[in-house]
Amino acid sequence: MTRTAVTRTAPARTAPARAVLPRIAPRRRPRELPAPVPPGGLVAEAAGLRVVLGRRAVLDGVTVGVRAGEVLALVGPNGAGKSTLLAALAADLAPTAGEVRIGGRAASGWTAGELALRRAVLPQSAELSFPFPVAEVVRMGRAPWAGTARTDEDAAAVAEALAATETAGFAGRPFSALSGGERARVALARVLAQRTGLLLLDEPTAALDLRHQELVLHVCRERAAAGAAVVVVLHDLGLAAAHADRIAVLHGGRIAAAGPPAEVLDAEVLSEVYRRPVEVFPHPRTGAPLVLPVRGSLGPREPAVPTRDRNPDNSPRLTAP
Amino acid sequence: MTALQKTGGPTAEPTPEPEPDPALPSRSPTPQRRQVPRGRARSLLLASVLVGALPALALLSAGIGAYEIPIGDVLGSVQHRLGLGGQALDRTAESVLWNIRLPRVVLAVLVGASLGCAGALMQGVFGNPLAEPGVIGISSGAAVGAVGAIVLGLAFAGTWTVTVCAFAGGLVTVVLVYAMSRSGGRTEVVTLILTGIAVTAFAGALIGLFVFFADTAQISQITFWQLGSLAQATWPKVLAVLPCAALGLLLAPLFARRLDLLALGERPARHLGVDVERLRAALILLVALLTAAAVAVSGIVTFVGLVVPHVLRMANGPGHRFLVPGSALGGAVALTAGDLAARTLAAPAELPLGVLTALVGSPFFFWLLRRTRRKQGGWA
Repeated sequence: MTRTAVTRTAPARTAPARAVLPRIAPRRRPRELPAPVPPGGLVAEAAGLRVVLGRRAVLDGVTVGVRAGEVLALVGPNGAGKSTLLAALAADLAPTAGEVRIGGRAASGWTAGELALRRAVLPQSAELSFPFPVAEVVRMGRAPWAGTARTDEDAAAVAEALAATETAGFAGRPFSALSGGERARVALARVLAQRTGLLLLDEPTAALDLRHQELVLHVCRERAAAGAAVVVVLHDLGLAAAHADRIAVLHGGRIAAAGPPAEVLDAEVLSEVYRRPVEVFPHPRTGAPLVLPVRGSLGPREPAVPTRDRNPDNSPRLTAP
Repeated sequence: MTALQKTGGPTAEPTPEPEPDPALPSRSPTPQRRQVPRGRARSLLLASVLVGALPALALLSAGIGAYEIPIGDVLGSVQHRLGLGGQALDRTAESVLWNIRLPRVVLAVLVGASLGCAGALMQGVFGNPLAEPGVIGISSGAAVGAVGAIVLGLAFAGTWTVTVCAFAGGLVTVVLVYAMSRSGGRTEVVTLILTGIAVTAFAGALIGLFVFFADTAQISQITFWQLGSLAQATWPKVLAVLPCAALGLLLAPLFARRLDLLALGERPARHLGVDVERLRAALILLVALLTAAAVAVSGIVTFVGLVVPHVLRMANGPGHRFLVPGSALGGAVALTAGDLAARTLAAPAELPLGVLTALVGSPFFFWLLRRTRRKQGGWA
């Protein structure tokens, strides 16, 4: 909750800060600082989005919005367009048709510097050309705020991000000396240190162990609770079900289903989308939906049939933890 | 369907199983708070060593040579000319000092600073520690411009003609190398080096062609380019490169912060508010400017821009706010020392400076290649 407060006080003291601004990056017009978005307010949206890469329509008619205070998970098979949608929401690529709006304005209407105050993006793989120490890498996340009143937060934001991702222990080590999972968490720390109202995370859990997967999604939830809008690409449907407020299932460049996990995680839909029979059943204690591929007698290519109808003898699994 | 207690509300609490205590531990900024002053102290120490070494070496270089001038006398003469007391030397000494030694020393400083700085910038833009004007063929490209100007007898810009042509040649080459060696927003080491080989070969062919059409006087001038030397330093030459070098050296540190961010990759840099396209264009221009300044007066002097930023990076980390001005300073120190060595090691003969830097730099480059390769697990 403290972070929301910070967001709200920020735009107040911009005038004196502007004097230092041209030194960092000369701009034609003064940067517009982000206005706070009330919980539930639309932070970013894509409307009728169509993206053609090469000759293939990677996204076709995608409409999706993300609100302040929610975690939206993008799931779907490989090549469904998840990362492309995320890139479009990040204003990385210009849509062939349709529009992306961030903070109530068309994404193309912002300068790079202004966008950096509004959204932070975690790329799928973290790379670094030179062996900067971890703390330095995380501090890079504060670069967009240079010259604004919120540079005061720099040290606190970096320390908090390091702590939240459990990377403070190797803050002094060079990035290149870290393992894949550690790098991924440092990259996330950099994104968190940016303290933007919109977080776009592309597979933040891909390289992580069980503990850190939970940790990362817990951080997402925390950020959402503090008023941020979080969009996260996930492969693990169980993680999505447990931590997301809404899930959008992408399939062949379209949104096959979107809504709260309980509605979206439907065995029939998922079996079709993933071309693999899956079963969905409630967690015995929490009731959260668990998604597992049907294993055993069925081949992977068998036509998708709603599992619960066909497999009544599958009950032992329901009691498994 | 499943019973779900969680609804889509924005305030929904995450209630999976008992959290494995990801609760943020006590936020301790201690690690980096201890780190920063230590790093800063090291930068300061390094900077003061470099700042101290440069005038010392310059004085030494001005005094040592076939005609020895004691350092006290050098200082005295400089003071005298600046109107700060001191006294003039006898005519020969004064002439040697002011017409031969000092322009050469100043030129060494300018060229070294330009090359060092250009190297640091280029490695930053390419995101690749092996990028260097000499290695990837930019110097050759600039030399083509310069040699072309000599052979074709161009004089459209007076004493600056060679510099202008070197700049044009350098610029075309940088753009070419950049365009050819990048794919998908990244520069692979192999592609970069191979592009450098191709570009250098082509530039070599062009220079050869010019040599073919040149007369004897021009040929000796061209040979001098290819070897790289400061032996023909004069004050007009110093003046011809000063604007280019000064402009480049003054502008370069402005890009340091953004170069740091560029190390994350192009997209992440853009996500942090860097206008990557503009940054890249500006830096490429700057690299061409600095390289042209250096090549126009000294010919091809390689490896300064490779070795200097590397040594500094190893000593003080990769932060560009220190690295860019530090490399300029370090380059100046290295080339002043190098030129002094070139003049004195084989006295009375003089080693070509470019040969000397290559002699020292090539093994270093080789070692660097090996190390990079080991780190990346072979060339993909």
